[in-house]
Amino acid sequence: MVDDQFYREYILDHYKNPRNFGRLEQPDVSHEELNPLCGDVIGMDFRLAEGKIEDVRFHGRGCAISQASASLLTERLKGMPLEEARKISKEEVLEELGIEISPARIKCALLSLKVLKVGAYGLAEGEFEEDEDDS
Amino acid sequence: MSTSSSSPVSAGLASPPLDVERIRADFPFLATGVAYLDSANTSQRPLPVLAAMDAYHTQFNANIHRGAYKASEQATERYEATRETVRRFLNARSRREIIYTRGTTEGINLVAYSWARRNLLPGDLIVLTIMEHHSNLVPWQLVAEATGARIEYVDIDEGGELRQDQYRALLQQEPKLVAFSQVSNTLGTINPYREMTAAAKAVGAVVLIDGAQGAPHLGVDVQATGCDFYAFSGHKICGPTGAGILYGRRELLEAMPPFMGGGDMIKTVSTTGTTYAPLPEKFEAGTQAIAQVIGLGTAIDYVSEIGLGAIHEHEQQLTEYALEAMSEIDGLRLFGPPAQRRSGVISFDLAGVHPHDVATILDRHGVAVRAGHNCTQPLMRRLDVPAVARASFYLYTTRDEVDRLLVALRDAQRIFA
Repeated sequence: MVDDQFYREYILDHYKNPRNFGRLEQPDVSHEELNPLCGDVIGMDFRLAEGKIEDVRFHGRGCAISQASASLLTERLKGMPLEEARKISKEEVLEELGIEISPARIKCALLSLKVLKVGAYGLAEGEFEEDEDDS
Repeated sequence: MSTSSSSPVSAGLASPPLDVERIRADFPFLATGVAYLDSANTSQRPLPVLAAMDAYHTQFNANIHRGAYKASEQATERYEATRETVRRFLNARSRREIIYTRGTTEGINLVAYSWARRNLLPGDLIVLTIMEHHSNLVPWQLVAEATGARIEYVDIDEGGELRQDQYRALLQQEPKLVAFSQVSNTLGTINPYREMTAAAKAVGAVVLIDGAQGAPHLGVDVQATGCDFYAFSGHKICGPTGAGILYGRRELLEAMPPFMGGGDMIKTVSTTGTTYAPLPEKFEAGTQAIAQVIGLGTAIDYVSEIGLGAIHEHEQQLTEYALEAMSEIDGLRLFGPPAQRRSGVISFDLAGVHPHDVATILDRHGVAVRAGHNCTQPLMRRLDVPAVARASFYLYTTRDEVDRLLVALRDAQRIFA
């Protein structure tokens, strides 16, 4: 009735049919992060080869925003050189979601990026948070 | 299980129905058109409360207990008048048993620091319940860590009510402290707090009741209940944020050391030591939230004049109506007991739609609800859900607003179908 602009078809599609959902056997890196707002957890498994993300899977449950964001991110990460993945910005993730995210939901939208940054690069959690406040 | 006798407002006397339209005219926020179904989080504030705080700021803005001039005297008088209002509201014996705090959390922490850390020994038992708000969990976990005391939690049954059999069994172990909520902020369960208090007192435990969700909807008679401590917040009972109340039994408060040191809580100070002010000032260090305390007194007067009995009845009718209508929505899971044993709080889960998405869609319909763990993570784990959505009602809530909730919920289902 009112929400077709927000919960767009592709967001719902990624939510209902998440890409790269599940676990990897013997991942090189595995990391989980919690959204303290709601208790949702997203984890990612990475397999690395020759400086690239050879394969990635995500798991966990959450809202449409966090799940779609994770699904979109993993699609993008597959085959991406680590150096490039390191540079993915919050703005890019939000842009890719393509909907206006309210301040209350920003942590949902960026949870998967946090998993990537904190997990894959051993970035201290505080660094990401601090970074987040600047945006 | 007998729960009805716990509620001072369900004595079987029908109250005249609320004139909700007249009440709504007192709450400026409601003119925004938002269906505000988040009063368990914080209530809206009526004009008399705003006017009382405004009067302080514009007519007698001065510090209390100090100035020897008229404005300060007037401020002190209004500030202390709240204490008598609260004393009457709780039916406490003495105004000295009424301590101003910032809210429920501070009240519970005051007891945790000043009483529990002094009185609990390694191995002593603290009994809590699985439905507690974090504010009635974390302070005790800190106490347990500091003293070596241990904590046991009373579980709930499938209907979201405390397992009294388990509670009685835990009391057999003679706990030193029992702390539980009068009303669950997530399930809405009205706990049989009088019976639970009497049973705990019978084994010599100190009893603290978290009245954050109870005071605004049921009230309490602390003498008849027999609890040692009772904490609540002003902002859930139509008052402002920043002012709350801790009731404590005088004998206990007298024996407790101050919680915070500073101005206003002393009798004499020298370089070698300090003697403390008598109750209640001993626990009120520093300049207090004067305007907010005045606003809280006005809020309690406001709510009392309308009558908690009538308010409770109104909420129960809405709750009954909402529960019935919501149970007809496919895939909607309701948590908590039947309407007769719950306050105006309904937590639910809509299959296939995360609570945050539910709240976002509802927001776009102009319906405000809470989504998340409601500061009850152990309860979420017990219910095996990451989070829930919660609608909560108060004296100004209408059936029309509940209908708007229902329409929005069906829209959420349509979107996620």
